[in-house]
Amino acid sequence: MSVPLLRVRGLSVQYATRRPGLRARAGTVTALDAVNLELAEGRSMGVVGESGCGKSTLSRAILGLVEPQAGTVEWRGQLVRRSDAAVLKRMRRELQGVCQDPFGSLDPRMTIGESVAEALDALEGIRDPAAAARRIAGSLEEVGLDPSLASRYPHELSGGQCQRAAIARATIVRPRLLICDEAVSALDVSVQAQIVNLLRDLSERHGMGLLLISHNLAVVRYLCQEVVVLYRGRLVERGPRDALFAAPLHPYTRALLAAVPRPVPGAAPWAAPIRAMADPADLPEAAGCLYRGRCPAADGMCAREVPALRDADAGHLAACHHPGATLVG
Amino acid sequence: MSRTLLAIRDLDVDFDTPRGRVRAVRSVSLDVAEGECVAVVGESGSGKTQLFLACLGLLAAQGIVRGSASFAGRELVGADATALNELRGTRLAIVFQDPMNALTPHLSIGRQLAEVVLDRGMMNADQARARSLEVLEAVGLDDAPSRLRQYPHQLSGGQRQRVAIAMALMTKPSLLIADEPTTALDVTVQAQVLGVLHQATRQGLGLVLITHDLGVVAGIAHRVAVMYAGEVVEIAPVAELFSAPAHPYTSALLDSVPRLDAPADGRLPGIEGQPPPPQASVQGCAFAPRCPRAVEACRSAAVPQHRGVARSVACHRPLTLEGLGA
Amino acid sequence: MSEGGLWNDAWRRLGRNRAALVAAGVLVAIVALSLLGPLAGRYAIDHVDWTLSPLASPPSLANGHWFGTDSNGRDLFARVWSGTRVSLLVAVLATVVSLVIGVAWGATAGYLGGRVDGWMMRFVDVLYALPYMFFVIILTVVFGRSLWLIFLAIGAVGWLTMARIVRGQAMALRQREFIDAAVTLGLPARRIIARHIVPNVLGTVIVYATLTIPQVILFESFLSFLGLGVQEPFTSLGRLVAEGATEMETAPWQLLVPSSVLALLLLCLNFLGDGLRDALDPRQG
Repeated sequence: MSVPLLRVRGLSVQYATRRPGLRARAGTVTALDAVNLELAEGRSMGVVGESGCGKSTLSRAILGLVEPQAGTVEWRGQLVRRSDAAVLKRMRRELQGVCQDPFGSLDPRMTIGESVAEALDALEGIRDPAAAARRIAGSLEEVGLDPSLASRYPHELSGGQCQRAAIARATIVRPRLLICDEAVSALDVSVQAQIVNLLRDLSERHGMGLLLISHNLAVVRYLCQEVVVLYRGRLVERGPRDALFAAPLHPYTRALLAAVPRPVPGAAPWAAPIRAMADPADLPEAAGCLYRGRCPAADGMCAREVPALRDADAGHLAACHHPGATLVG
Repeated sequence: MSRTLLAIRDLDVDFDTPRGRVRAVRSVSLDVAEGECVAVVGESGSGKTQLFLACLGLLAAQGIVRGSASFAGRELVGADATALNELRGTRLAIVFQDPMNALTPHLSIGRQLAEVVLDRGMMNADQARARSLEVLEAVGLDDAPSRLRQYPHQLSGGQRQRVAIAMALMTKPSLLIADEPTTALDVTVQAQVLGVLHQATRQGLGLVLITHDLGVVAGIAHRVAVMYAGEVVEIAPVAELFSAPAHPYTSALLDSVPRLDAPADGRLPGIEGQPPPPQASVQGCAFAPRCPRAVEACRSAAVPQHRGVARSVACHRPLTLEGLGA
Repeated sequence: MSEGGLWNDAWRRLGRNRAALVAAGVLVAIVALSLLGPLAGRYAIDHVDWTLSPLASPPSLANGHWFGTDSNGRDLFARVWSGTRVSLLVAVLATVVSLVIGVAWGATAGYLGGRVDGWMMRFVDVLYALPYMFFVIILTVVFGRSLWLIFLAIGAVGWLTMARIVRGQAMALRQREFIDAAVTLGLPARRIIARHIVPNVLGTVIVYATLTIPQVILFESFLSFLGLGVQEPFTSLGRLVAEGATEMETAPWQLLVPSSVLALLLLCLNFLGDGLRDALDPRQG
């Protein structure tokens, strides 16, 4: 049994809240609560959820940008800790990321050529200008940018071009896994399609895995073989793409799918089986299922017991006391 | 036949920039009737927002507007500030994309809602409060009385956007212009907000929905206008637009959207290239460089308008001429 | 598409700001005069013109004392420009020192955050709280009056505000995604600070520096007013103003001329600073 490329175990991250809410207590917000996942080499996984579900925190924790309060991240079997520089350095060469804001992820005072060169220098130690220039030109071409754009600044380019540059920077060292945190969400539809295709091409050509974090289920379905659903920091469903989309088990997943607007005239996404979102300050305490405030199928057990992630069918798991229940909105 | 609320005719919007004159909107004509939702679809740089800012007199100082936009018979273009102020926020309301910016952080929700009508002397304090409760319920916010005492930072993004819509509805406007109202929202919240807007149109509100999201359009719009590089390239009833788009850009856009109900393997057909930057003056059709159907005439000759009863398209070689008069 | 990016854009924007351009022109003229003035004038700065009676004489074209003379019969034209030169020298040098120290301190504190930031900024707070005028006076008494002492005193205080400002900017920058990207690349903190934080605060720093120079000049003038500034026969604008003030009623030109130059200098620097702030305001993309 080969070691999975990435393994996350029991990952928990909390943030201190600076401003108390209605319950005037400066406390902590749980961004992630004991999340487990595993990704094999070359595979692509989508992490979906809405705001506050912790998906961005997950990507930041994996990339080592935020320290978890509990749990571990293992890269190719090795425990990754922010204090262990050598392991971290090795991981960085093999794990890179692209984030949402194409203009924000590039230093506005550096040309995109310089930004890409920085990756080459930091991760592979290549400083010789001639050698670097060749690699940079090749990388820009691979992402569909004309190499002459290397001397341009981010504000001179379009969102799509900047995002391509960010992808070039992340992939020039041929990482084994690329984490895309809402990488296409800020782009126009036609450009989004181009970038989705690009990511897929790169992934297939280089055997590069993808961890796609997105609220856009359709895009995730396009790129990912496996899907994980987060709700308020907890992993509520996980499964192979087709199974999850065809027969979602967790009521939240079903509500999410029903709410996605479909380009079909007359489709009414407001009929999704979900109750109005509760006031953020009144959200139920951590006992029991966190979704019960919005779930049409919630009952007493849901208030008492935290549902564990249970296997329903060949790798398709859900954390629910009533998976697959019939829902009425 | 419901009456026309907003009639835009040959509207042009130019900007004088240090790099020369830039055309943001070219010759747009569009009507919106009572109880109708018209979606204006386009990507960045299509001019969809500038078009309506121009109609409402909210353009930046360097903007130059030509043409006509009349609301319930009154001309908006070139109207003086007093006349515009009278209409804006009362019969003609607008909701923007970012819910955080629409609400003043240091005033309570109740105060902000009431201000809309009290400032204009439209109601007294009691009436204002009653109306505030009414609109909050209409937008689906529960426990309306305590909402009035809350402050914007105590609400989630979706709740704030609903409050912004409630504010727009306070004066019972006849026309609401909503610019990307749900783009910043979670999909489940988006669904609820769209439900609110849909309900409002059923009660007679005219709605202009500016968006880039075709899925949103399909659910709520009656007619759709597609914009590209400052021009309206196609207008059609929603069913026809989706089933038989006439303009190649519309068709390509529809194909670019990843769908949950289509096979997910294989390439997403995108559109090559990018939209032209606003300053480029265009010979012929602006979409020609990216159009799979383009021929020589598309690049040089002026683009003909084909108009039918309910549809129109600006194209040399439309995909279909169904519904587009002889 | 702009060639050469941001500085070009900024330059062009500055060029369109008429007030800033005029201010820059006047500034250049003042600097030129301060360098050449004493040479162009007909008298040396310490030459006492015994032919005048009284010694303090008003401006006149006839006797070559274009700005008049001071109470000791020395040519004011030469002294004013020589004084301007000293004031500018002190101001620019002190500003450069405070810039270098302040930017390095503030960028590091702001980026690192946490306890390091806490200690670094507490240090700044303590220095801020010290009555530096007191120190300057004590130091002057102990070490005697010298240009270097003044320049040190001013520099030692000037960097504090710069550090605070840069720290604020650095903290904001730290949240931006390109900093995350740099961390993801595994870049060490010092490299991130040098390559990503500092270049992005330069805009604010430059603007603040041009607005600091007037403050420094005023401070030096104040020290001179107190009698703690430069020594004879050298002079600074501040000293000239101080001396002129005592003769205000009998020889008003002794106050008016140096104050006018001082005021003009400050005005130009402020206009230029405003112009730079508008020009460097990152309204790109």
